[in-house]
Amino acid sequence: MLPPHALEQTIGRTVREEWGRILASLVKTVGDFQLAEDCLQDAVVAAMVHWRKNGLPAAPDAWLITAARRKAIDRLRRDRNFSLKRDSISYALDLEQQLSDESEAGAIPDKRLEMVFTCCHPALEEKTCVALTLRTLGGLTTDEIAGAFLDKPDAMAQRLARAKKKIALAGIPYEIPDRSALPERVSSVLGVIYLIFNEGYSASNGGSLTRGDLSSEAIRLARIIHRLLPQETEVSGLLALMLLHDSRRFARVNEQGAMVPLEHQNRQRWDRTKIAEGVSILEAALPKRRLGPYQLQAAISAVHAQSPSWAETDWLQVSLLYERLHAYQPSPVVRINQAVAVSYAQSLEAALALLNEAASNGKLDNYQPYFAAKADFLARSGERAKAKDCLAAAIRLSGNDLERAFLESKAALL
Amino acid sequence: MHYMCLIYAAEGSGPQPGTPEFGAFMKGYGDFTETVKSDGKFVAGDALQPIATATTVTVRGGKNQTTDGPFAETKEQLGGYYLLDCADLDEAIKYAAMIPSAAFGRIEVRPVVVWDH
Repeated sequence: MLPPHALEQTIGRTVREEWGRILASLVKTVGDFQLAEDCLQDAVVAAMVHWRKNGLPAAPDAWLITAARRKAIDRLRRDRNFSLKRDSISYALDLEQQLSDESEAGAIPDKRLEMVFTCCHPALEEKTCVALTLRTLGGLTTDEIAGAFLDKPDAMAQRLARAKKKIALAGIPYEIPDRSALPERVSSVLGVIYLIFNEGYSASNGGSLTRGDLSSEAIRLARIIHRLLPQETEVSGLLALMLLHDSRRFARVNEQGAMVPLEHQNRQRWDRTKIAEGVSILEAALPKRRLGPYQLQAAISAVHAQSPSWAETDWLQVSLLYERLHAYQPSPVVRINQAVAVSYAQSLEAALALLNEAASNGKLDNYQPYFAAKADFLARSGERAKAKDCLAAAIRLSGNDLERAFLESKAALL
Repeated sequence: MHYMCLIYAAEGSGPQPGTPEFGAFMKGYGDFTETVKSDGKFVAGDALQPIATATTVTVRGGKNQTTDGPFAETKEQLGGYYLLDCADLDEAIKYAAMIPSAAFGRIEVRPVVVWDH
């Protein structure tokens, strides 16, 4: 028998890994998120008791789902005792039959896609989708999610409860959308996953630059969706993009905790396994010729990941990829990045022209990356005074301690 | 499940009577009503007279009070509704998006409460 500490860990890991699959299947049978979650929670409590006493069962997932189904039947029976709802009686009887049939069959039907499409439904607020996806598919606790988003646990619990109520009352379906709606709905799901990743990657308000757990969680969720929707090229694109970004996790921050830009990163510290995986996923998706913004961003990231140094980067390729990305995402951010590539592939004049064009409507007056890029171009053109002014603006606009420290160190060099 | 599709738009926005666009707009409503009826989704639907005709009634301390006008001055007003019988929210959203006023106003979609007996 495992020592108590190791057993706790094993139970915790099993519950975390199996949570999404079991919950998804339970929601399908009981037809309600809250009921399904309560039953699974009960089953986990029971598992802690039984497994500590009798050791880990051969198939912990089967144990958990059987226990959760029994809890569901118990709860519905109890409900039946004190309510005389005609519908709920016949429903409970049907369900009892269905659950016992399924328990005998042994296989747990995979309903995780149905679940993620429900959790990322456009009728829910985006932050709610993020929290709900982490809770249901990811198996994170409400406290963990609250912690990750610097929210109060109570507020997060309320947000989740409201969402589950809306799903039930508004009749948000538990289905994979039909073909015509699929691309749009997949894009909502990917948006939510990428938000989770970025929250872990850049932590815009906190002191620490990488909250790696959220990034890893986003990658894990994307892997699940990629396995379930292998034909969706943008799912591949996002997974590849996140792996490629994440490969630089340990090179982005130096020993003092300061941000290191791509240009100055020690490429020896990039995670080659993640790069290889990201590149191969992207290379499998591109020939399907259904391009999208995630694949393009992954392609840009792959060019960087595969080049031996900043100077040897294929900047022409990068600038062309940004040009194509701009067609999907006509944002100033894309133009700024394209300008950086153009500054190396073509000339500083061409890059500054592109930058000025993007800033012409005044939209970038409060946008830190614009001033940082402009300062860089000006410094490289020998315009030190103008470059200093731009850097000062960038520092004033920065919302992250590490980023500010980096910009200040740059200003000191001018 | 019954969904109430509440049609909100600023009065005076959208096609106005007497313009060529208005005819097409009204035909759009006619076509939509036909569609929901033939799809078996239509429960009820009406257009409301403009807010200039509204009267707001309150009862406080047993006393009726009436005021001229809508209960709140808002930029967009309730101009009509459809009550549709749909399988789920996705279907309700699909039909709501087909309501002609969705192109310039907003459609609020809300499920109707089913009372337990």
